[in-house]
Amino acid sequence: MRIEKKRKIKNYIALSLATLTAIIGLFWLVFILTSILIKGLSAINLSLFLNDPAPPGIPGGGLRCAFIGQLIITILACIIGVPIGVLGGTFLAEYGRNNKLSGLVSALADMMTSFPSIVVGVFVYTLVVRPMGHFSGYAGALALAIIMIPIILRTTEETLKLIPWELREAAFALGAPYYLVIKDVVYRGAATGLFTGIMLSIARVAVETAPLLFTSFNNSFLTLNPNQPMPSLTVTIYQYAMGPYPDWHRLAWGASFVIVIFVLLFNIAGRFFIKKRLKK
Amino acid sequence: MDSSVYLKDKLFRRLGLFSSLTIIIICILMFVVLFIYSYPAIKQFGVVHFILSDTWNPVKKVFGGASAIYGTITTTLLALFFAIPLSVGIAIFITQLCPEKLKSYFSNAIELLASIPSIIYGMWGLFTLAPIMRIYVEPLLQKIFLPIPYVRYLFTGTPLGIDLLTAGVVLSIMIIPFITSIARDTFELVPKELKESAYAMGATKWEMIKDVILPYSRVGVLSGIIIAAGRALGETMAVAFVLGNDHNIHLSLLKSSTTISVTLANEFTEADFRLYISSLFYLAFILFIMSFTALGIAKFFLGKMRK
Repeated sequence: MRIEKKRKIKNYIALSLATLTAIIGLFWLVFILTSILIKGLSAINLSLFLNDPAPPGIPGGGLRCAFIGQLIITILACIIGVPIGVLGGTFLAEYGRNNKLSGLVSALADMMTSFPSIVVGVFVYTLVVRPMGHFSGYAGALALAIIMIPIILRTTEETLKLIPWELREAAFALGAPYYLVIKDVVYRGAATGLFTGIMLSIARVAVETAPLLFTSFNNSFLTLNPNQPMPSLTVTIYQYAMGPYPDWHRLAWGASFVIVIFVLLFNIAGRFFIKKRLKK
Repeated sequence: MDSSVYLKDKLFRRLGLFSSLTIIIICILMFVVLFIYSYPAIKQFGVVHFILSDTWNPVKKVFGGASAIYGTITTTLLALFFAIPLSVGIAIFITQLCPEKLKSYFSNAIELLASIPSIIYGMWGLFTLAPIMRIYVEPLLQKIFLPIPYVRYLFTGTPLGIDLLTAGVVLSIMIIPFITSIARDTFELVPKELKESAYAMGATKWEMIKDVILPYSRVGVLSGIIIAAGRALGETMAVAFVLGNDHNIHLSLLKSSTTISVTLANEFTEADFRLYISSLFYLAFILFIMSFTALGIAKFFLGKMRK
């Protein structure tokens, strides 16, 4: 009888501990999000979006140049990264199915998604910044694209593999060549999944900091030319948060607020699309 | 078949092939480039000597990576120390205890931790967590551990909040979702028959988890842990905010330190002569190899498990 009781108590304690860990995990999430949102909200005003940074120590100013720079770098990164990622993923799932080489590429891509992003920054520095002699938005975009390619490649591969093989066979039977089968049957069936994967990877890459430190660097002036050093929100946060001025800290909180909202929106939208697809 | 259609198909296939090959090209190129640029430092300081020497002195032009490597490994181990029990607990909660309706919401919430950018963790760590550590947690830890012999060396020094311990805590939060999601997936792979036979023997839920689920999913959880370690090794921004940049090795967890990635972030654009830059590349090269090895091992285990 006593042993039974002991086991029951042990069971109870262990399960409560597991519940406790879950509460702690949730607590961290809520703690981080609320503290960013509360502190960031007070820094949000129109001048944050409409003005360029004031000289150090002078109050006021905004981050217009950083928002625009971030947008340009992200768009450029997508232009390089999305087609390569989607095409590569398509190859792995279609032409290269059951191929040893595809297995290797897929495994490498998986590893690259967890790769230290700062090393990518250093890598692109040697490839682009050094030969060109100056930091540039192009280099930043290339660094982000290198991080983006393996993510999109893997999500594309996984999504396309979910499309039943019989659908392709039906199209083959009609005499369609493989590329038309992919374009008109496979892509059509996988459209929502592909779109979601691309969106989520953009959301992940757009908020990277480390690869931009030595590539697009920073700039406190508005520039639309990607051949110049370009400011980005994340690098600006890093610089401002480490700086000594309270006004800089305020701007950094404002930028963090915008980034958190962006990430939350993208994630909720992504989950929504996934759910919609599953319901179909 | 029409020849233009044939050509188009071939073209499409080629494009796909080259796109997928970019992955291999990038990996090889990265290895080669890092090696070439770090070669002057490798020649100057050697391999073993560079890894074991903790002098990092740009003025005297002497560089050793020991302090950065020590910081990298210590923060990673600390993060794992905090994150493993939490993540396994969370995975147990999600798979065994959570009501079916809440399951997906809860999983998504934990996974959201992975979507928060590292710069946000850094901001939060510097302005919110570090003061809490300095004022409340670290004095308390000192009160508890300082009287204990040997252990006390881990907790000496003035609590500043900007130190290895804080960095470890921030990193642990960042890697929780990685271990949790893999642990959760492997827990769910445990065959129902095994679980039911444990219950049929009269086991309590905890005994079933401890004696059936955990041993069965050992390899999966282990690979999740290694992937998380690979992440933690290379994490830059979150750590850069809360670690300071101190090239001395301290035993105490309440002292600032540096990691490879933090050193790179802080010094790469300031390095002004060849050997300095080359030494930084050397550090980047070591980080590249460390995380590649970790991720490779994890991949190997995961592949083995799938079979």
